[in-house]
Amino acid sequence: MTRIYISRDSGALAVGAESVAKRFEREATERGLDLEIVRTGSRGMYWLEPLVEVETDQGRVGYGPVKASEVGTLIDEGILAAKSHKKCIGVVDEYPWFKNQTRLTFARVGITDPRSLKDYQAHGGYAGLKRAIEAGPDAIIEQVLTSGLRGRGGAGFPTGIKWRTVADTPPQQKYIVCNADEGDSGTFADRMIMEGDPFVLIEGMTIAGIAVGATYGYIYVRSEYPHSIEALRAAIDAARAAGFLGTNVAGSGYAYDMEVREGAGAYVCGEETSLLDSVEGKRGEVRAKPPLPAHVGLFGQPTIINNVLSLATVPIIMDRGGEFYRDFGMGRSRGTMPIQLAGNLKYGGLYETAFGITLGELVDEIGGGTKSGRPVRAVQVGGPLGAYFPRSLFDTPFDYEAFAAADGLIGHGGVVVFDDTVDMAQQAHFAMEFCAIESCGKCTPCRIGSARGMEVIDKIIANDNRAANLEILEDLCNTMKLGSLCALGGFAPYPVMSALTHFPEDFGAEKKRLEDAAE
Amino acid sequence: MPKYETWAPERASEIIAQHQDQKGATLPILHALQEVFGYVPLAAEPLIADALNITRAEVHGCVTFYHDFRREPPGRRTLKICLAESCQASGGRALAKRAKEKLGVEMGGTTADARVTLEPVYCLGLCHSSPAAMLDKDVYAALDAERLDELLKEAQS
Ligand SMILES: Cc1cc2nc3c(=O)[nH]c(=O)nc-3n(C[C@H](O)[C@H](O)[C@H](O)COP(=O)(O)O)c2cc1C
Ligand code: SF4
Ligand code: FES
Repeated sequence: MTRIYISRDSGALAVGAESVAKRFEREATERGLDLEIVRTGSRGMYWLEPLVEVETDQGRVGYGPVKASEVGTLIDEGILAAKSHKKCIGVVDEYPWFKNQTRLTFARVGITDPRSLKDYQAHGGYAGLKRAIEAGPDAIIEQVLTSGLRGRGGAGFPTGIKWRTVADTPPQQKYIVCNADEGDSGTFADRMIMEGDPFVLIEGMTIAGIAVGATYGYIYVRSEYPHSIEALRAAIDAARAAGFLGTNVAGSGYAYDMEVREGAGAYVCGEETSLLDSVEGKRGEVRAKPPLPAHVGLFGQPTIINNVLSLATVPIIMDRGGEFYRDFGMGRSRGTMPIQLAGNLKYGGLYETAFGITLGELVDEIGGGTKSGRPVRAVQVGGPLGAYFPRSLFDTPFDYEAFAAADGLIGHGGVVVFDDTVDMAQQAHFAMEFCAIESCGKCTPCRIGSARGMEVIDKIIANDNRAANLEILEDLCNTMKLGSLCALGGFAPYPVMSALTHFPEDFGAEKKRLEDAAE
Repeated sequence: MPKYETWAPERASEIIAQHQDQKGATLPILHALQEVFGYVPLAAEPLIADALNITRAEVHGCVTFYHDFRREPPGRRTLKICLAESCQASGGRALAKRAKEKLGVEMGGTTADARVTLEPVYCLGLCHSSPAAMLDKDVYAALDAERLDELLKEAQS
């Protein structure tokens, strides 16, 4: 029997993985081959998708990108016997782009069948929960604190401290909420976990529940991710059927269960308090803090709200120990970060590595420079509220504090690369436009300021009173920074000001506007 | 391929009843209604308000807050084109322009033959292979003009 692996991650489906798998099935039937096709998550090397991996004694040998129309020929040419071929990348685990990573959170993604609880357990799954149950709530929180894990959703708040706060509230109904709104452009790591290893998120949330005494959890997934929603629901059912969710989790006596809730296309619902209101069935307006969600959260009860990656990293911390995790990284950024390489890049995908790698290494070496073959001009890190970096800042290490010092943020770890055809005034305009579209409307600087910002940038672009308008823009940005309740209005000035600071030539009179930039 | 049912209050009440017992049922109900009818008409709001024992204003506020919920019937199929930064960096703006021209609609519009609704979307989580689009619930990435044209054809078929 021959076993091959093909991803069912939506990034692979989006470039034809489903028809490739179907074609293999058909060929196998027609040729009478004994072929097993296992559907996995993605390895994260998306330029190679659809990637077909053939199991051998040496490991899985990869071929990609494979088109459905060439499956027959590839079989003729012997790929099921792992023969060499121009589309062969060798043993996937040995492929440098993959091998050089430190995959802790993503240890199983692309390798296991995300629908199979058995496969999950065969690859170390639920080892963390076992230890967590043995250790008990206090020791769990101790390990998370030791690991130095900081929230991967954007703000970088220490996860252990958040958990301690909820654990310290008196016993009552408490909740675990997973933030899977992943709205930042350039990010897809949450999606890859939910589609490629959903059990690890369920396990992480279960451990969180035991740690703080919460018996119920919600995963709030954006509606743009139908495949993630389906994968999670299937995994939750499987975990429950096997006794890993319910009134007596894995025979421990602890109760914990959970469900998926679907978002509805509002970026601001990624903000934690807005998300809680949304789960409650209301408009997703941002709440003033205090009270913290840890004290008064979902349905008024103490609540942990964490990003997918934060929660999915907990099982390995419990399994290997907080110190093991803490020993990766630099400064106050401990462990690894699943970095997402996006935009105009040759090698776009997921690269998990210890903190400390520089932006230049990520873009020029690992990302391979632009797909268009033109020079890299600007890189936006951390989503639509993150700063644009010029090449001169490429020595900035991937680290929360280093990025903050450069007036930027690493946010959820998305890196979006632009080549030299980018018009930075247009990008600044978009930052304001996005803020205007997505503002929850609660504060004036955000709601009105962003619309005003678009007008002012239009005037600057049209060379209408440029000097005065540049001053107004700067003023406006400061007002938004200081007068906004949440980071949507508060951080939208970062992409704007960074564009202005690092690329002033794009805001100058002489600049010829690109024809198709009108849209 | 979605072919939506025509609005029918009894059917709506049935759907609402299926979802109303969970906590925070508003969004699940709105999604379920839109799944069946393609949109959430004004006439649905009092039904939801009654079932959940909240005010019509609250329901209305909710429907209008979220970009997903449509107030008008859409075309048979919905094509969403990503307009966010990673796709901008990879030719997404030109693709969006092409889609608008070929369909003869603006973003948010529905073709005259009611076959296709064109909508903007801000990131599909496929930025590793920008530009990206979504036709109903199917995803497409690494698009170029040629693949977009195929997609438009599929959407119009
Ligand atoms: C406008 C806005 C959007 C946000 N979107 C997300 C998101 O999509 N996913 C996420 O995990 N955090 C998002 N956050 C951050 C959350 O408010 C919060 O910090 C996070 O969920 C906490 O989890 P963590 O500590 O594990 O990062 C957003 C914040 C703001 C202000
Ligand atoms: S800054 Fe904007 S999104 Fe945030 S609370 Fe204020 S109005 Fe709402
Ligand atoms: S920005 Fe278009 S898919 Fe993410």
